[in-house]
Amino acid sequence: MNRTLIIGGILSALMLVAALASFVWTPFDHSAMNIPERLQTPNGTHWFGTDHFGRDLFSMIMVGARTSIAVACVAVGIGIGLGVPLGLWAAARQGGWVDEVIMRGNDLIFAFPSLVIAILITAIFGAGAINAIIAIGIFNIPVFARVTRGGALPLWAREFILAARVAGKGAARISVEHILPNIANLLIVQATIQFSLGILAEAALSYVGLGAQPPTPSWGRMLADAQTLVSIAPHMALVPGFAIILTVLGLNLLGDGLRDALDPKLRVTRV
Amino acid sequence: MLRYTFKRLLSLIVSLAIASLVIFAVIEVAPGDPASFMLGINAAEDTLAALRAELGLDQPKWQRYLAWVGGMMQGDFGTSYQYRTPVSEMIADRLWVSLPLALYALTLSTLIAFPAGIYAASRRGKAGDVSVMGATQIGVAIPNFWFAMILVLIFAINLRWFSAGGFTGWDEGVWAAMKSLTLPAIALALPQAAILARVMRSALLDVLDEDFMRTARAKGLSRAQALRRHGLRNAMIPVLTILGLQFSFLLAGGIIIEQVFYLPGLGRLIFQSISARDLIVVESVTMLLVFAVITVNFLVDLAYAAVDPRLRART
Repeated sequence: MNRTLIIGGILSALMLVAALASFVWTPFDHSAMNIPERLQTPNGTHWFGTDHFGRDLFSMIMVGARTSIAVACVAVGIGIGLGVPLGLWAAARQGGWVDEVIMRGNDLIFAFPSLVIAILITAIFGAGAINAIIAIGIFNIPVFARVTRGGALPLWAREFILAARVAGKGAARISVEHILPNIANLLIVQATIQFSLGILAEAALSYVGLGAQPPTPSWGRMLADAQTLVSIAPHMALVPGFAIILTVLGLNLLGDGLRDALDPKLRVTRV
Repeated sequence: MLRYTFKRLLSLIVSLAIASLVIFAVIEVAPGDPASFMLGINAAEDTLAALRAELGLDQPKWQRYLAWVGGMMQGDFGTSYQYRTPVSEMIADRLWVSLPLALYALTLSTLIAFPAGIYAASRRGKAGDVSVMGATQIGVAIPNFWFAMILVLIFAINLRWFSAGGFTGWDEGVWAAMKSLTLPAIALALPQAAILARVMRSALLDVLDEDFMRTARAKGLSRAQALRRHGLRNAMIPVLTILGLQFSFLLAGGIIIEQVFYLPGLGRLIFQSISARDLIVVESVTMLLVFAVITVNFLVDLAYAAVDPRLRART
């Protein structure tokens, strides 16, 4: 166990716990307005203070974590669900036209400015969490396809794959039974990183009003609310900002830590 | 080299063609008729039909696609539904904000990242390396629009060194214009610098293990000399790739920062056009951005192939 992994794990776990706990308990109702107590700075009753409607920021952060996790989770799921099979397929047909088409298609998606397309999709098909998920998810597909193909190619040259072929297994079966388990660690690390990018993207989309819609709380929208009030209530911007930064930081550290822990080769060269 | 260039050029053209089709298709399926959007809900049917004819919306889809692509090749990006001005003029106006902003941010990011990455690599595993890398981890995690808000809070609201938003325009003098782009550029540059510094460090670390670095040390160069003369040059390939990618990201990625600072750039143009259903503008600006990304990547690829003959054989 290394330090990176532990710190990353703790930060990520904190966010997960906050999100899960919010289903059964929050200090206050996250949507209850309480105008007399508005714009309070963090104190004993309202741990993270209150916003311009007197809503409790701590409760909003907890419920907002749900939105972030849900969006990032499904977006990563789309990336894995479509990208990994494509990557496996491309690797199995290395050098063939299937490989060429898949990889050029990947390059093409990479060439689109992701944020612009995400904004386009959400603007055209309506703002909302679902469209935000799709917009973020599309750009995860080429990432996973590339990582999968990159990890699978050297494996195809190995003896145990040859043995499987001699045993009469087809390319699809070899990909699932032998290649996939051997690149699982690569995929886990990449999933952690894409997860953190998904959280950043969701926050950005919500910030410009194209992500989760009210009354669903989201960290990005909390920041948008804070913008006009930043001079009189800076805590409204600081609290969701720190929530995003600590979560993304935690996931990135977790990814790095996992990479070191799962790949003994890297551990040596890193020193 | 010629063969390689030709092959890459062909794939560039195919990519652009597919990209234009995708963009056109996405815009086509968008709900909402620009004509009825412009005239309001009470417009008479024949007025609507006349406007549709004027905008060319009554023509078959493939004809409109060809007209759009053909026009762009001649520098004609169509006419805005909303303002009735040529889109190319609107883009040109906005580019004068977005392009300098992207270049400014890229310069800042490079100025921060190169020294930080080199320093970290030269202190590998020591306290200096660990703290620089820790700082980059945090830098990567900071959403740039949040950072922008904090910069406004500190430098515009509290210290009053900069204005909180808006753009003076280049007519007011280069100094004033650059000043109004400074906070946005910093907000854009910092997270990018964090990524670039990490790439710089790991590229250098890869090179430091090479035999030629040991030879350089053996022939009497100091660590710093060897790093500067032999290490940096060889580490530049991955760094340049990321720089190319970052430039195109900054051009398009300013979209949210431009919202924070109310800058009249390309990002804001897209935003305003989307909400006004001015789809021809959205279409053309998106295509322009994709064109920029694909072309920058193409040029970066060519530059490598020119420098490193091994890369030509690979594709």
